[in-house]
Amino acid sequence: MSEKIADTTAEPMKPPVRNVGVYGWLRENLFNNWFNSLLTLLILYGLWQTCVPLIRWAFIDSLWFSSAEACRDIDGACWSIIPNNVSFIFFGFFPDGQQWRPLLAMLLLFALVFYSKDRKHWKRSLGVYWLLGLIVMGTLMHGGVFGLPVVETDQWSGFPLTLMLALFGMVFAYPLGVLLALGRQSRMAGIKTLCVVYIELIRGVPLISLLFMSSVMFPLFLPEGLSIDKVLRAQVAIILFTAAYIAEVVRGGLQAIPKGQYEAADSLGLGYGKTMRLIILPQALKIVIPPSVGVLISAFKDTSLVVIIALYDVLTTTKVTLSNPDWMGYSREAYLFLALLYFVCCYAMSSYSRKLEKELHTGH
Amino acid sequence: MNEQSVATPKTAEKPVIELIGMHKWFGDFHVLKDINLQVQPQEKIVVCGPSGSGKSTMIRCINRLEEHQQGRIIIDGIELTNDIKNIEKVRAEVGMVFQHFNLFPHLTILENLTLGPIWVRKTAKKEAEEAAMLYLEKVKIAEQALKFPGQLSGGQQQRVAIARSLCMNPNVMLFDEPTSALDPEMIKEVLDVMIELAEEGMTMLVVTHEMGFAKSVADRVMFMDEGQIVEQNNPHDFFDNPQNERTQLFLSQIL
Repeated sequence: MSEKIADTTAEPMKPPVRNVGVYGWLRENLFNNWFNSLLTLLILYGLWQTCVPLIRWAFIDSLWFSSAEACRDIDGACWSIIPNNVSFIFFGFFPDGQQWRPLLAMLLLFALVFYSKDRKHWKRSLGVYWLLGLIVMGTLMHGGVFGLPVVETDQWSGFPLTLMLALFGMVFAYPLGVLLALGRQSRMAGIKTLCVVYIELIRGVPLISLLFMSSVMFPLFLPEGLSIDKVLRAQVAIILFTAAYIAEVVRGGLQAIPKGQYEAADSLGLGYGKTMRLIILPQALKIVIPPSVGVLISAFKDTSLVVIIALYDVLTTTKVTLSNPDWMGYSREAYLFLALLYFVCCYAMSSYSRKLEKELHTGH
Repeated sequence: MNEQSVATPKTAEKPVIELIGMHKWFGDFHVLKDINLQVQPQEKIVVCGPSGSGKSTMIRCINRLEEHQQGRIIIDGIELTNDIKNIEKVRAEVGMVFQHFNLFPHLTILENLTLGPIWVRKTAKKEAEEAAMLYLEKVKIAEQALKFPGQLSGGQQQRVAIARSLCMNPNVMLFDEPTSALDPEMIKEVLDVMIELAEEGMTMLVVTHEMGFAKSVADRVMFMDEGQIVEQNNPHDFFDNPQNERTQLFLSQIL
């Protein structure tokens, strides 16, 4: 036989080195033939043409903490619009002199969210902290005790309103969505039909129409004299809307669980509730982390739609600022700032979800 | 059916499993036709037959993973009906090992084992863990207790699955082709565990193509074809002197 037989005594071989250092990488990826070289040069030229003026506008010719008059004479960005209006953009119509209250409530919220990030803290005590935190936040926002003047919910506006609508939207929509998904898989025809109808109805209409209904139509059905808070109605609309989307995402996860998992749980004698809670949902919800975070992120951004029922979220307070004659015309700066604010929140969610996914990965 | 030729069971106690005139259909397809079977305590039965003959379906009916439509199934004196409490009681008494292991991938090996005792039997966590470690040692895999199923080989996973069933202290163990999904070099480690279990006197009902196992362990070997128990006998007579021509054909193909 002429074929070579494996030499079991040989030294382990290293993979061949194809490109060395930055120069090698550049040659390999950007200048490996004339066409790619041309493309690389063209793109570099395009970047030069766009980025340099942008950087000049944003950083070099710009003003950061000036008055509105000073901004009239410059070519660059007038970031001063933000610091000059920061309290209105963030807290809207919350009474002057009381704005430390929403600020404190927001900080408390961030602290709670930050604390909840660590899976080590996912215990019963976490629920207690949240409950206490919510009570404190509610008291801070609404007042009426400890000598705090009452601030009605129609004065709640700006970033705290955005955060509140988004956070409660997510926190209540998620479990509701899971229940709807389980209901849709139920063998009981009544429950199943109810869930299907709910999900399809809600998903079939835009959030705007739900918000309209909650603010315009819903009060018509209430008996005379009874009224439900406007913010609360918007909040419920957001929860109901998001839950329908979460339900479909979770259903996808449930379908991905092999039948064998149900059978193994059944054969141990676990009932339906325990099977779902201990075996199926932990796996299904883990699978659907990426799409559910997608739903939650869009729910966060959709809170800006409450403007149509005259609630002043952070997007609307910014718009109001821009209608101030002093600051008219600086919408680029204001909206860029707002985009950054939304981006930071959404990016935090998505990067946390990636971390969680990695932590929950068990090698299968 | 040759009931007469069946070896008399070792003991004349009440049977652990009793199937009486059991039928099952999948849609219009008649999968199981008039199955009658009595399994005595400590008896080891091997069920073989071509694929699609209904052998898996039969043992899956015993813990109600499949529902039978006619006839009776009585496990340890409890009849399987639509009563979910009865079904859960039977399932807790009957251990089941699957072809594809079906371990819970999000739980560690130890958690896989203690889940049943803690949540079904209401055993204290510490006690359940101690018992689980004993069973893991028994299947020679105690050092893997804190790993996840995905990190184990197929043979190891199947041994964990056996230990998981044993943690429930079952009266009967059902094996549904436990070695069919394994690489050849891992079959032996699983069969060794099963043989040890048999020697300790566990009542076992095993669907398998491992004829060596059948010869050395079984009290009774059954051949199923087209939804019927065609022939059953002690292993010696079953393999050396099969009566039915379908059995003869099947044996000639696999041996």
